[in-house]
Amino acid sequence: MEIGSYSDQSKSTFCLVDEDHTFANSVRFALNQDPRVTFCGYSIPHPSVTQVNIRVQTTGDPAKEVMKDGCQDLMRMCQHIRSSFTDAFIDFKRTKTDTKQDMDTK
Amino acid sequence: MPEGDVSMAEESNNGSGLDYIMSLEDVPSKLPPHLELFKTRVLCNNDAPVHTETIQYSGAYATLGVDNSVRLDNFCENFKVEVKRLTDSDMEFDLIGIDPAIANAFRRILISEVPTMAIERVYIANNTSVVQDEVLSHRLGLVPIRADPRLFEYPENAGDDKNEKNTIVFKLHARCRVGQPRITVKSDKLKWLPNGSELPCEDVRSNAGSKPKTFTSFTCSQDSLPEFSGNSISVTYPDIILAKLGPGQEIELEAHAVKGIGRTHAKWSPVATAWYRMLPEVVLLEDVVDEVADELKNKCPANVFDIEDFGKGNRRATVARPRDCTLCRECIRGGKEWEDRVSLRRVKHHCIFTIESTGALPPEVLFTEAVKILEDKCERVITELS
Ligand code: SF4
Repeated sequence: MEIGSYSDQSKSTFCLVDEDHTFANSVRFALNQDPRVTFCGYSIPHPSVTQVNIRVQTTGDPAKEVMKDGCQDLMRMCQHIRSSFTDAFIDFKRTKTDTKQDMDTK
Repeated sequence: MPEGDVSMAEESNNGSGLDYIMSLEDVPSKLPPHLELFKTRVLCNNDAPVHTETIQYSGAYATLGVDNSVRLDNFCENFKVEVKRLTDSDMEFDLIGIDPAIANAFRRILISEVPTMAIERVYIANNTSVVQDEVLSHRLGLVPIRADPRLFEYPENAGDDKNEKNTIVFKLHARCRVGQPRITVKSDKLKWLPNGSELPCEDVRSNAGSKPKTFTSFTCSQDSLPEFSGNSISVTYPDIILAKLGPGQEIELEAHAVKGIGRTHAKWSPVATAWYRMLPEVVLLEDVVDEVADELKNKCPANVFDIEDFGKGNRRATVARPRDCTLCRECIRGGKEWEDRVSLRRVKHHCIFTIESTGALPPEVLFTEAVKILEDKCERVITELS
């Protein structure tokens, strides 16, 4: 849910239910890296309510779009991490079996 | 106003401002070395670590004319993964060029959001052991189960229906006969029942003749399903002690495992633990030679330093294994001169990530699952906002 104003769309608070530090902190990181963002922070109003408020203020672009871009960036970052991890893992497996074979043949 | 300034202002309006400024000759494109150091390293001083924060804001160095934003392609270029250690249950790998915010998200997801199967309901037919029913049930809940949770559904989605898609049934029957020595009941006594529950529901006992109704309603046997053929479901470790039975005591029960996540209860956590640490960096600020070098080598309990011998009895200390540094700070204790010799640092964007799996899934699968979960979260928010 987005809480903002119609007249100035560059500032908004996003209330996300069923999320916690895991998502809020990562998206805050992603948003802070965006030069259009002047401020981004998050708070958890009460520890036993699973809800976070993410505040986004921009230099002029609609906060909602910037927020969406931030999520998009984070998602692509994850995809990249996943593919590099898989590559590194396959590489490691291969070199390990190679050295094992070397030792066997010796 | 001199003419030059006017044209400059015009140009910066035409081009995109920051790019223009960055192209000017007298604007440094890099941070001064001390700021670069504070940005990328935690300095572990004798009294306390300093510069522990990561500088995320894109305009943090705007007054210096340095752009601190990280673009996606930039990230992709610099990001690297290196696997260091791998066994069936453990894995250590380096994530290089990642912000701790993201690494921490993965850690949190691994501990509390990647699903596994764990025993949730225990139907006790008989328990005359000294272990009370509720304690025994709790112990059973914590037994790791080797079953791929991706093949199962959450029980919440099925309402009250306990079928072959969301429940794994185990039977345990152990008895110690009178006159025999005491026996230990271990987790290998849990036998998988691919056909579902065998205990009849009491309230329909009157309905004689037809097949008695049990606590599950399986439509087919689980081992006839293609996904389970070849890898039968069992407990991961056969030697977990569940209870001890004296002569004449008996336990007979049925345990139902369902899918869940660690946030609900720790028994569903797929990892014994998952953690990351920053790469240690040990720097010798001056040449450490001869006796002092020996002293330095002997000071370090983690054996980080080596002595380099270059003839005629000349020795010099080198940093050979910085990765082993435990940050005990023994090497900078003993006066100001030691602090001036050695600098202990941590590389902020280099995370050494370790995963210890409990055995349901291998650690590399756990990590990819965790990354996928973060992706799903992003996707959910994007759809929610559009
Ligand atoms: S901090 Fe401790 S482990 Fe690290 S180099 Fe110094 S003495 Fe060795």
